[in-house]
Amino acid sequence: MGMTMTQKILAAHAGLSSVRAGDLIEADLDLVLGNDITSPVAIREMDRFSAQGVFNKDKIALVPDHFVPNKDIKSAENCKCVREFARRNEITNYFEVGEMGIEHALLPEKGLVIPGDAVIGADSHTCTYGALGAFSTGVGSTDMAAGMATGRAWFKVPSAIRFELTGELPAMVSGKDLILHIIGMIGVDGALYQSMEFTGPGVSSLSMDDRFTIANMAIEAGAKNGIFPVDEKTAAYVEEHWNARQHPAAGEGKDSISAFLKERTFLPDEDAPYTAVYEIDLTKVQPTVSFPHLPENARTFDEIGDIAIDQVVIGSCTNGRIDDIRTAASILKGRHVAPGIRCIIIPATQAVYLQAMEEGLLKIFIEAGAVVSTPTCGPCLGGYMGVLAAKERCVSTTNRNFVGRMGDVTSEIYLASPATAAASALTGKLTDPRSVV
Amino acid sequence: MEKARGRVFRYGDNVDTDVIIPARYLNTSEPKELAAHCMEDIDQNFIHEVRTGDIIVADKNFGCGSSREHAPIAIKAAGVSCVIAQTFARIFYRNAINIGLAIVECEEAPARIKAGDVVSVDFDTGIITDETTGETFKGQAFPPFMQEIIDAGGLVSYINTKQA
Repeated sequence: MGMTMTQKILAAHAGLSSVRAGDLIEADLDLVLGNDITSPVAIREMDRFSAQGVFNKDKIALVPDHFVPNKDIKSAENCKCVREFARRNEITNYFEVGEMGIEHALLPEKGLVIPGDAVIGADSHTCTYGALGAFSTGVGSTDMAAGMATGRAWFKVPSAIRFELTGELPAMVSGKDLILHIIGMIGVDGALYQSMEFTGPGVSSLSMDDRFTIANMAIEAGAKNGIFPVDEKTAAYVEEHWNARQHPAAGEGKDSISAFLKERTFLPDEDAPYTAVYEIDLTKVQPTVSFPHLPENARTFDEIGDIAIDQVVIGSCTNGRIDDIRTAASILKGRHVAPGIRCIIIPATQAVYLQAMEEGLLKIFIEAGAVVSTPTCGPCLGGYMGVLAAKERCVSTTNRNFVGRMGDVTSEIYLASPATAAASALTGKLTDPRSVV
Repeated sequence: MEKARGRVFRYGDNVDTDVIIPARYLNTSEPKELAAHCMEDIDQNFIHEVRTGDIIVADKNFGCGSSREHAPIAIKAAGVSCVIAQTFARIFYRNAINIGLAIVECEEAPARIKAGDVVSVDFDTGIITDETTGETFKGQAFPPFMQEIIDAGGLVSYINTKQA
């Protein structure tokens, strides 16, 4: 029997010619990731290993991004713990405030994940890198510790659901709308323990930033990973962000790198087993909003009445990339946020921030009455930089709208695209972006 | 870890890790501090009523959302001896095994067990007994590899044993 994309990558990393769903395997890891919340727990676990030290100082990425710049004394201690561990172990890819960004936007940008990689990260949205044709999945701190110590992790080979995409997304409709639509269709455990593989002629029309957004939220359907096939857009992205230090085996020069990437490109076999196949016509996808308190509560604007809001957040590992920031700016340009609405915009990395500045987008935001923050996960998980009071409502481009996620347990989060969030900031209520352009 | 026995706290579908331990408390990873806020956003009474050995019973997709290991750590430190659910979210499932929090997947039991029932779980046989009603259920066994990790007392000890 054939294999899915995910199964091929796992087989290659386990030194096996083939694997099947349900097999328990041990795989070599190309990268192990942690942040300021999860790493301290892993670092403490590291002390319990009989073999000390890390397996490879270049293949660990430590990104303090959740509660930085330090929001309080305890957070400062956590960051200090990560920083000192990184120094002690000479971790190459430690990113201090000033260099850091939201981990899942930062790592691809720094060329730390490439097609065919197997990556674990102690953060559930590690599945983002599936956009690059890599296998990547979120784990807990103990798995992270074991990964840092041994360079290996155990996996149960997942079965997979295939999403066959055709057509192109209409104007003002993005990858975020598509993934919210899909989660609405299959539910928050619709892909539990499985891979979500996105294939079909529609893939080529999706920008890399859209693909990152889509893969990012695979976990919101319970999936182990989400993954896209590698195509010309992927190759162009990877070459643009090439990090020679990380991939000495690729050699030098464009041809050598292309050949290296080709070897790491895994497409599904014709007879790859899928537990379900969904055909999705991208031309039919509409602006979609997930209502409280689950990402599966997806609605389109024909099912949305007047919902007055208090805050808008545009950013996060889901939607803080340059395409997202540009979309928000295109809607806010020359206009003003509705009175009483707090609009918080968070470019996901320093590079996105700088790009936004160079393109004049920051000026647009400030003139529109929005605030622009340094990269942080802060508001997405109710840490800081936009925590909600009782009964407040927020339209957010983040990924979860669970009870209490962004603040008080009676507050409400409406998950949406950057376009919908920006349009809603202008009117002070949930607004279809097509109605304001 | 042969047997768990305790009173049941009963929850529904999709209990996420944000309600198990809200992120506002993630500036610490101290088990006792985390336990003090365990389940706070879904059940304010939990931490005042839970006693060592008690059992959580839930429906589908328990532990969905964030990968924070602080969630199973908080539950374990609160004294919970076992979580029974129809299904677990996969990262929570891994984390529980890795840190030695007992979990059992069982399709039938959650629908029949009520809050406050006294339930026991025999880990050797996978048999769940609702002592209040007298009903028994069969939980799903772990694959042998995972059982080895559990028997070793978690992932770190397992790896140490293997490398010794």
